[in-house]
Amino acid sequence: MSHDHDHHEKAKGRDFDEGPPSEYEIMSRAMQELLEAKGLITAEEIRQRMEQFEEDFPYRGSKVIAHAWADAAFRKRLLEDGKAACAEFGVDLEADRLIAVENTPEVHNLIVCTLCSCYPRALLGMPPTWYKSENYRKRVVREPRAVLREFGTVIADDVTVRVHDSNADMRYVVVPMRPAGTEGWSEDELARIITRDSLVGVTVPKP
Amino acid sequence: MERRFNPGDEVAVKQSYPPGHRRTPYYIRGKRGVVERVCGSFPNPEELAYGFDGEPKRVLYRVRFRQKEVWPRYEGPERDWLELEIYEHWLEKA
Repeated sequence: MSHDHDHHEKAKGRDFDEGPPSEYEIMSRAMQELLEAKGLITAEEIRQRMEQFEEDFPYRGSKVIAHAWADAAFRKRLLEDGKAACAEFGVDLEADRLIAVENTPEVHNLIVCTLCSCYPRALLGMPPTWYKSENYRKRVVREPRAVLREFGTVIADDVTVRVHDSNADMRYVVVPMRPAGTEGWSEDELARIITRDSLVGVTVPKP
Repeated sequence: MERRFNPGDEVAVKQSYPPGHRRTPYYIRGKRGVVERVCGSFPNPEELAYGFDGEPKRVLYRVRFRQKEVWPRYEGPERDWLELEIYEHWLEKA
């Protein structure tokens, strides 16, 4: 499967600062300049926000799930109310409303947004290119097992594949199964095997 | 907020194709499923998209569909599910 098919076709194959800016880049730049001119936001605040998305948010999901693996009571609260459990753990999801879905020996969960690219950004950072691709968005709702195989993930026929289309106001994170062979690991060690892709459900963590 | 459906209720998504910003994907319109949970009430995204306040709020449900109901030629076990968020005004009693 081709994972490089981003729906922002115009940006494809072009360096960030090469050639004329796209219409959306111009609109976004103009909006930023207006907000700065009105004193509502500073360039430094925008830079800090971008830094958070790249340096902080992508690592939050693994920490939350590692804690859920280590603490059964927290795991239960996370499944009941994702946002409240994250807040208790010190992770503010801001506007995101979170539903955590649990993988079990009977059920494998998988997340997609068929309408655009809704994603729990405050927990996982920016969505990967393949998540935004039309290929993934169109196919994963109708042939999830074939798409999973392309990610190297084979789900047995006696396990239910449960696909969640994140098509409106909720955001989703998969709580993968803790693999055997990780007994006695610290939360930091566990977090290292909890990859972003496993939290979207296209892979499963391996020790 | 008062709501029309509860978890376990059988529902059908309206087969309707109005223009505008809709959060109900085409592929699920006209399909039958079961309410999985009630997510709460949220400003109506079909109004928010055009700069209105989204009031009155609408009840949002998660609805579970059998893959074979959504895609008759689905290649996979009967037990596979697809779940979506559907606003109340897109649902009918099945």
